[in-house]
Amino acid sequence: MNNIFVYIEMEGGKVADVSLELLTKGRELATKLGVKLEAVVLGHKLADIATELAKYGADTVWTADDELFVPFRTLPHTAVLCGLIEQEKPQIALFGATPVGRDFAPRVSSALHSGLTADCTQLEIGDHKDPKTGKEYKDLLYQIRPAFGGNIIATIVNPDHRPQMATVREGVMRKEYAAKPGAGEVKPIDWKKFVKDTDLVVKIIDRQIEERKIDIKGASILVAGGYGMGSKENFKLVHELADVLGGEVGASRAAVDAGFTEHARQVGQTGVTVRPKLYIACGISGQIQHTAGMDQSSMVISINNDPEAPINKIADYAILGDVNEIIPKMIKYYKQNSK
Amino acid sequence: MAKQVPDTRNVGKDAMTPEGTVNRAALPAIFNPEDLNALEAALRLKDRVEGSTVHILTMGPQRAADIIRDAMFRGADGGYLLSGREFAGSDTLATSYALSCALKKIAPDVIFAGRQAIDGDTAQVGPQVAEKLGLPQVTYAEEIVEVKEKSLVIKRRLEHGTEVVECPIPAVVTVNASAAECRPRNAKRVMKYKFALAGSEIAAAPESPAAQRAAAKEYLQIVEWAAADVNPDPEQLGLTGSPTKVKKIENVVFAAKEAKKFTAADEDINSLMVELIASHTLG
Repeated sequence: MNNIFVYIEMEGGKVADVSLELLTKGRELATKLGVKLEAVVLGHKLADIATELAKYGADTVWTADDELFVPFRTLPHTAVLCGLIEQEKPQIALFGATPVGRDFAPRVSSALHSGLTADCTQLEIGDHKDPKTGKEYKDLLYQIRPAFGGNIIATIVNPDHRPQMATVREGVMRKEYAAKPGAGEVKPIDWKKFVKDTDLVVKIIDRQIEERKIDIKGASILVAGGYGMGSKENFKLVHELADVLGGEVGASRAAVDAGFTEHARQVGQTGVTVRPKLYIACGISGQIQHTAGMDQSSMVISINNDPEAPINKIADYAILGDVNEIIPKMIKYYKQNSK
Repeated sequence: MAKQVPDTRNVGKDAMTPEGTVNRAALPAIFNPEDLNALEAALRLKDRVEGSTVHILTMGPQRAADIIRDAMFRGADGGYLLSGREFAGSDTLATSYALSCALKKIAPDVIFAGRQAIDGDTAQVGPQVAEKLGLPQVTYAEEIVEVKEKSLVIKRRLEHGTEVVECPIPAVVTVNASAAECRPRNAKRVMKYKFALAGSEIAAAPESPAAQRAAAKEYLQIVEWAAADVNPDPEQLGLTGSPTKVKKIENVVFAAKEAKKFTAADEDINSLMVELIASHTLG
């Protein structure tokens, strides 16, 4: 008993990457604790799903299969998760920090009075001693996340309330088949006893979903622009360099907030986590909320006019000067030398 | 609902100590950006629905009254400041509980909030308040498309598209940064409301002309509530009411690693590109 729950998010009939990443992490934690890893799926036409989830280590696959659950709506999802958690009493429940997870996981935690840590970048098992009461706790979930704009790293614990709930962004954890697949035993959720008529009051009138077009996660070379590019016009230089080098374009949050480029390109804690072979940071100062999303790049080149910019501390090559002067030179000398 | 936050987006050089840690005193306190989008959404609804009013609810120290005044300069009718040491150390859940106690007393038809605050980026308080009040929620709202008698039709911004939903009111609506920007401060309203004061601000200097003016005119009074004013269960407030505890805080010190340095000079860029091509980093 007191197993680990991972909420499995469905995206157009497929399992979202972040859910598989959470299963991979959940498998590691479950093995450490000696408990079962249980996947919870709400969706429609879920026939073959258990086979896939078992590969990532799921021992149990709880399913609520009905058209009611597609597309996602807050209240029915909240009702089912709360009902199942009260029934099964997991010690840990993990959710993707996606628009869906960030919409309803807080409601679940509020209903269960369990607490929730958002956007964790690491999850570990460890002991805890309450500094005031001296009470000792074994095997808690350490929920580790940057806070205060990324200037501190906080380890959060949840000593007295269950489940210990956390969300994690896509791409932060690795996705891997389990060394030994789980049993993937399917257990239907008796959801009708959890969902009430009042959970159906919000009606979806229209939905326009675009295919994912931009994929900065898969790029082996990423050229990222920051606020230091100065303008949307200058940001085109980032695209030019990426085109010439055969890479993709990324951006810092400040550049996205300033409207230089779209959010799908944002790298960092509140964007995408990337691990390219080469990361070129153009006019990015390198606050930790940005570097948290790219510091596992194999090689980092920074271009910045501030020698003290934090990005230079993690860079392998630091070019000091004006990005708008340097990028065209990089293009020029790349073309000259690569022939 | 709005929050006064340290401006973590503008962490400049002086905001970092020589040890590479944050110097909190150097960060200005600002109106949380997405809460301004939420305020605009509320003001637009007020413009459409005759006789409606907009009030700000915030929890924080006395100086958080600044954002209530700021909201009044932009069009809000007034505000509520929830303040007191009972609330100290609240995590998102204890914060949501305190706000929901105040909201039960205020009983608004629509509760707007920014999607998330920049000092925590959790996006939890909106949904947690909705749950505590038993209300439906619409997150990531971008625009109110239609106002009906007992419901709102709202366009939401999702990661890869949009969704239009109809939600009965009362409801909690969290507003995205992609929604309309907040209108600027209005000069006439600044003149009218610059002496608006919260209860504790009046009490701090009761003889001052500003305090006497505010005490005499109801529209200049920002309602200030302590915990006892909102009838809470004390067990659910502050540190006691917070299931999550901070075990450890590490200041981020950037690991020193020597980067190979180049300038913008042609020969520097040339030699860098030669090196990258030679090492097959660039194809």
